[in-house]
Amino acid sequence: MKPRLGVFKFSSCDGCQLSLLDCEDELLAIADAIDIAYFPEATRKDDVGHYDIAFVEGSVTTAHEAELIQDIRARSSALITLGACATSGGIQALKNGADTAEFIATVYAHPDYISTLDTATPISDHVTVDFELRGCPISKHQLLELVAATLAGRAPQTPAHATCIECKLAGHVCVMVAGGQPCLGPVTHAGCGALCPGFARGCYGCFGPKETPNTAALSARLAANGTARRDIGRLFSTFNTNAPAFRAEAKAHD
Amino acid sequence: MSASGQDRAKSTRPVVLDRAGLEGLIAALAAEGREVIGPVRRDGAIVHEPISGVDDLPRGWVDEQSGGQYRLRREGEALFGITHGPQGWKRILHPPKETLWSVETGAAPKITAPPPDDTRRAFLGVRPCDLAAIAIQDKVFLDGPFRDPRYGSRRENLFLVAVNCTRSAATCFCTSMGTRPEAGAGYDIVLTELEGETFLASSGSVAGQDILAALPTRPADDMHLASAEAGIERAADQQRHLDIDGLPDLLKSNPDHPRWDEVASRCLNCANCTMVCPTCFCTTLDEVSTLDGTGAAREQRWASCFTTEFSHVHGGAVRPGARARYRQWMTHKLATWVDQFDTLGCTGCGRCISWCPVGIDITQEAAMIRGEGGER
Repeated sequence: MKPRLGVFKFSSCDGCQLSLLDCEDELLAIADAIDIAYFPEATRKDDVGHYDIAFVEGSVTTAHEAELIQDIRARSSALITLGACATSGGIQALKNGADTAEFIATVYAHPDYISTLDTATPISDHVTVDFELRGCPISKHQLLELVAATLAGRAPQTPAHATCIECKLAGHVCVMVAGGQPCLGPVTHAGCGALCPGFARGCYGCFGPKETPNTAALSARLAANGTARRDIGRLFSTFNTNAPAFRAEAKAHD
Repeated sequence: MSASGQDRAKSTRPVVLDRAGLEGLIAALAAEGREVIGPVRRDGAIVHEPISGVDDLPRGWVDEQSGGQYRLRREGEALFGITHGPQGWKRILHPPKETLWSVETGAAPKITAPPPDDTRRAFLGVRPCDLAAIAIQDKVFLDGPFRDPRYGSRRENLFLVAVNCTRSAATCFCTSMGTRPEAGAGYDIVLTELEGETFLASSGSVAGQDILAALPTRPADDMHLASAEAGIERAADQQRHLDIDGLPDLLKSNPDHPRWDEVASRCLNCANCTMVCPTCFCTTLDEVSTLDGTGAAREQRWASCFTTEFSHVHGGAVRPGARARYRQWMTHKLATWVDQFDTLGCTGCGRCISWCPVGIDITQEAAMIRGEGGER
């Protein structure tokens, strides 16, 4: 029997689910190997029951979501989070530690319609997560590797080292050393294939902190290269703002 | 040159080659069915890419290198004014990724290995440090009980045109490593750039001799020889210094030196030093499989001792952070490499200094362990 897959969305932009649909050429092979039982982004079919694999996108930002994730965890054998929101809280976690009421009043015409928690938190803050796939959005290549590995019963190859290794493997010229650009590559988890440096831009840190990140040493060098203190803080305050290593570095540049 | 060709080589009197001669050299190598690869300016650096003529070379540019910084600027008219870029030639001889073999399951499982790469290539503009690095990787991959057939095939089909340095980057220290800005051995042809797009040329192999004999050249006079020697001396004088006297023992006997903690506070564990190092050879293997489970492949890719994965064994990583990793890397390059391969693992190219995003300087770190401070 084919493994049953459920794809669930929490607070997010849907981009990671779209990466799954973006697989196009491989999508039929995935559908052959997996019973896609629940995937509202792709089909209106409703479903209940047990999932061999649950893909979860998005962070927990409402009381409803906090309850829902418990239910999904209870009905799933393997729970895998997709992307920066589910793994670290996402860009919406900028509100963590700020005044939520003030944020809502600034953004929404009718703040009274909004019911939200004061924080946007990763799925792992609420339930046990079996595997976290990084990225904003996730990389299609890594998603296919994750699916292939899960089906084969082996560990996926998603190295936690610096994006710099992928950058050098790809043969890009370092935008920081040769161009003086601020780049988060040396502290960022690999997975995108060094996409931005390949287009002569510094890394935005979409995949969040790598293993053993030395953010303080990178910040010191960025400052020496002329990046303003406030801008360094902002570099660490994007899609993975709530990841502890990035959050601490941003705070050090308040 | 091919690994075996050197013994048959006879030393020849240097000749002088002008621009037409260099153009002829590139054409002659291409006419042998070789892919000619040389320094090409791209994205603010030089990289090694196929060239079809002298016009592809970065004429009139020089490099400024320092810790964590690399810039090109216009200066002079030299074709080989830029010392080097981030890439060593290992990128071609020992590529970042290679499929070793793949398997298809079924009634009769089939294992296939890609044939060795027998592309005939010529490298033009190999600096003496990089020539020395190729010799070190030859030892790693070809000597000893386990010969790498893929590296071996590329190497056997390679023609090497070295170019001596008449200018050094501030990060260069090949003279300290005994390499010098003048190619010692291992080339088919060596060039030294003189004024006005002329080159002093010598052969180092029979193949090099044959190619050179067919090119328009004239005998070199004493002025040419003196000019080349002066250029090489100038390059040697522009370098920083690494004292290697007793260095292996010094490093091995200082595993707990406080300097390792200091360097760890700056080291990003980003692995750039190992990626740009022309002698670093470590790889890891990825097992990849198709979605339907009918096929799998074993893929080799460059690995680095600066990752957690590299020293991961049951229970965790043996080298959990920058202190242990930097110490391991530097001690391997400058000490234990000798025990392993009977040579130091560093040629003094200085790439690890320039391309370290935070500019950690191996010559400075060695001096600090030795108890000497200050700028190198």
